[in-house]
Amino acid sequence: MCGIVGLFAKSPEVEEHLGEHLAAMLVQMSSRGPDSAGVAVYRDPAPSGWSKLTLYSANPREHWGAVLDGLRDAFGECDEPSIRASHAVLVVEADAAEADGWVRANRPDLRVMSAGEIIEIYKETGLPEEFAAAFDLEDFRGTHALGHTRMATESRVTTEGSHPFSTGLDLCLVHNGSLSNHNRLRQNLRREGIDFQTENDTEVAAGYLAWRLREGATLEQALEGCLTDLDGFYTFAVGTAEGFAVLRDPIACKPAVLAETDDWVAMSSEWRSIAVLPGAAEARAWEPEPGVVYVWEKAKV
Amino acid sequence: MAVAPTEIAELEVVDLETTSVRELNQRLHDLAGGAPGPRRFRILNPSGAHALACGLDAEIEVEIEGHVGYYCAGMNKLATVRVHGNASTGIAENLMSGRVVVEGNASQSAGATGRGGLLVVRGDASSRCGISMKGIDIVVGGSVGHMSAFMAQTGCLVVCGDAGDALGDSIYEARLYVRGSVAGLGADCVEKEMREEHFTQVAGLLEAAGIDAGAGEFRRYGSARQLYNFKIDNAGAY
Repeated sequence: MCGIVGLFAKSPEVEEHLGEHLAAMLVQMSSRGPDSAGVAVYRDPAPSGWSKLTLYSANPREHWGAVLDGLRDAFGECDEPSIRASHAVLVVEADAAEADGWVRANRPDLRVMSAGEIIEIYKETGLPEEFAAAFDLEDFRGTHALGHTRMATESRVTTEGSHPFSTGLDLCLVHNGSLSNHNRLRQNLRREGIDFQTENDTEVAAGYLAWRLREGATLEQALEGCLTDLDGFYTFAVGTAEGFAVLRDPIACKPAVLAETDDWVAMSSEWRSIAVLPGAAEARAWEPEPGVVYVWEKAKV
Repeated sequence: MAVAPTEIAELEVVDLETTSVRELNQRLHDLAGGAPGPRRFRILNPSGAHALACGLDAEIEVEIEGHVGYYCAGMNKLATVRVHGNASTGIAENLMSGRVVVEGNASQSAGATGRGGLLVVRGDASSRCGISMKGIDIVVGGSVGHMSAFMAQTGCLVVCGDAGDALGDSIYEARLYVRGSVAGLGADCVEKEMREEHFTQVAGLLEAAGIDAGAGEFRRYGSARQLYNFKIDNAGAY
């Protein structure tokens, strides 16, 4: 099953309360995905020449100061870590890909959840309501966000197997559905140098998008490629620095609803999540067509 | 002791902000078999909740003020359920009789497996509208998505707009009427001649649905009877 939510703020009021709305939407999707939850929030861009990492540690007593010192030694300036439950956000004076590479090389015990200038990814096992409380989701201000509630089918219930998956700098993917050709595709993508950390099918879709984007495809082209190269059921939502995109497979077994008002654009697996937003009753609501890529970005709204 | 009609409120308003779906459905089920109680209900704040007004078995009218979740008005007998909003997956699933009206759009599998009664969608219906229909009549004011009337057995699907790909795939004896374009016909589904009885049937269904459209503009599609084991001797049974 699984539930997907996305919210794009068009007004300062919605930006101000982004986390509160996101948490409410996520909790509505508990019955679709009670085993794990996660969000990608686009907020507080790093200053020019700096980048932002979200790191996860399985150690509840992680000494984040040691990571900070390591990054300072390697790159120069780095802000004090902002810690939320098992995750920490570090803003470092370095190129995002280099900082990401440093953590992977020097701290293989940590997991880089996201890297970029603006994205932060948080995910954990457990009920969406518990997740929202543990990570203080209601605090978040930001321009847009995606969320996911998971009911696992293809791989184990772990933090790493939760969504969103990072697909590159400032990019992420959430997925409702299941892919059937993920093993073969993972082998092929590994030969292309794409790194996989789990046996999860969605991570393969994320890796596929990362590979297509690396090879020069636009986000729309990469998503359209999914229609031919991925076998299985999916509604995807992809977060970018400027907005988000939605794609359903051509059979469209997995649900999706989109809605828009003057203040926001929202997507969800079900109306229940959108009904909690201000002004939802008056929103324009519709079902995205199968096999069609929908994109909302700051410049286009 | 019988309750005098004057003691029963004409209209009961149920607010789902303060009443659970289970309580609402139980309230409506309690009216089965002509039990005394109000004959009209107004449901507020549905907020996309699932399984609203399911399994009704009484001549009552239920107005739902907003968007509904999955399987609204499923298995309905006798009742009229009107949704003043959009409906999610499986509106009026397995409708037995009575009438279900969606003022907005319906998501996939609208009227699935319905055995009787009338489903009206004033806006668009999504994919698989009328999948495996078995006697229900469905009138859609807008368009329907792909795989509509898949394995449809009997009943009518009237589409005032366009139909998506693979219309009527593996169809049995249902009748499909489409006013606009058809993106593609499914296996064993063919266009058929519109005879007088068909114009009359479309006109009757449009009138019942309260949709203003000229019956003369519709085309008819149905089974070529090559895929399933059809015996002409049994034609009268359909």
